[in-house]
Amino acid sequence: MKFLDEYRDAELAQQLAREIHRITTRPWNIMEVCGGQTHAIVKFGIDELLPKQITLIHGPGCPVCVTPLEVIDKALEIAARPNVIFTSFGDMLRVPGSTTDLLSVKAGGGDVRIVYSPLDAVKLAEQNPSKEVVFLGVGFETTAPATGMAVFQAAQKGLKNFSMLISHVLVPPAIEALMSSPNCRVQAFLAAGHVCAVMGYEEYFPLAAKYHVPIVVTGFEPMDILQGVLMTVQQLESGRAEVENQYSRAVRREGNQPAQELMRKVFKVVPRKWRGLGEIPQSGLGLTEAYSAFDAE
Amino acid sequence: MCLAIPGKIESITGDDPLSRMGRINFGGILKEASLAYVPEARVGNYVIVHAGFALSRVDEDEAQKVFEYLKQMEELDDLKEAGP
Repeated sequence: MKFLDEYRDAELAQQLAREIHRITTRPWNIMEVCGGQTHAIVKFGIDELLPKQITLIHGPGCPVCVTPLEVIDKALEIAARPNVIFTSFGDMLRVPGSTTDLLSVKAGGGDVRIVYSPLDAVKLAEQNPSKEVVFLGVGFETTAPATGMAVFQAAQKGLKNFSMLISHVLVPPAIEALMSSPNCRVQAFLAAGHVCAVMGYEEYFPLAAKYHVPIVVTGFEPMDILQGVLMTVQQLESGRAEVENQYSRAVRREGNQPAQELMRKVFKVVPRKWRGLGEIPQSGLGLTEAYSAFDAE
Repeated sequence: MCLAIPGKIESITGDDPLSRMGRINFGGILKEASLAYVPEARVGNYVIVHAGFALSRVDEDEAQKVFEYLKQMEELDDLKEAGP
């Protein structure tokens, strides 16, 4: 596949790895923020290619993992109601609540359905006017444009039987929370490429300056991650702390303006609890007053 | 929900910017995705698709940069080996 296979070239990946070995003189701790990057690092054995001095610390960027127990329990309670079609991305079905998970609710007769796009949930609401259709809106800035558009379209269509249980989270406040912790060992970040494809990377300049950490916007293929590590190590070794963009084929500095515009209409920034991290101020998205009728809570 | 991969736009339906849909080819697998957030995207472009929405158009020039960088590195190494 174009724009995929060429970034998995083993020979070229080795070349990047050799350059990282050549320039590394000291131990460095680098955090990859996104769970998608962690997945690629493990799948392709990227950490094996790096010098012993470099430690990759896996970040909090997995929405499945950070969605708080209370939200899962609320989802389970709603999904078990008789008149509800409960819809969700497939990844959330096995996430355990206090006593059970969505898959078990489904097995017990609950109408739980996996959708690929939140717009499919809106379609279900149109097709089933006598049912309440609820969508579990979780994820980072990457899924927020999709869930935002679902709410926007539901409002345009005047749907009364569609709502969303929202637990959206934002990356930059999580980085800030990590960096402000006194025990923080992270010396540089690989920022999540697709989050930045939506939001751009303006927000990272003050973070890089305040905590003197290099932040490199990085993609998800092996060569992206190796180049991201190389760019961070180049900065660390020379004492720089700048924001750089490795993933320029998909990320512009200002991000995706139409997506941000829609998100501003539908969402407002709210405090959010993260599973494992606790509440982080201004780290989540909730519906604005204009769209509060679509809040399942 | 986290897998976002590049695919090629095969065809586009609808004119309204907010409801424009594309048929996207991911290495032979065709899927529908909303093009609401990539108003500039045309048939033949590659887009990164996430949860049913194209979030970014792949810039073909920028996509070559890492390969150019590696080529330059190789040429520098060759020069060093060749000596003065």
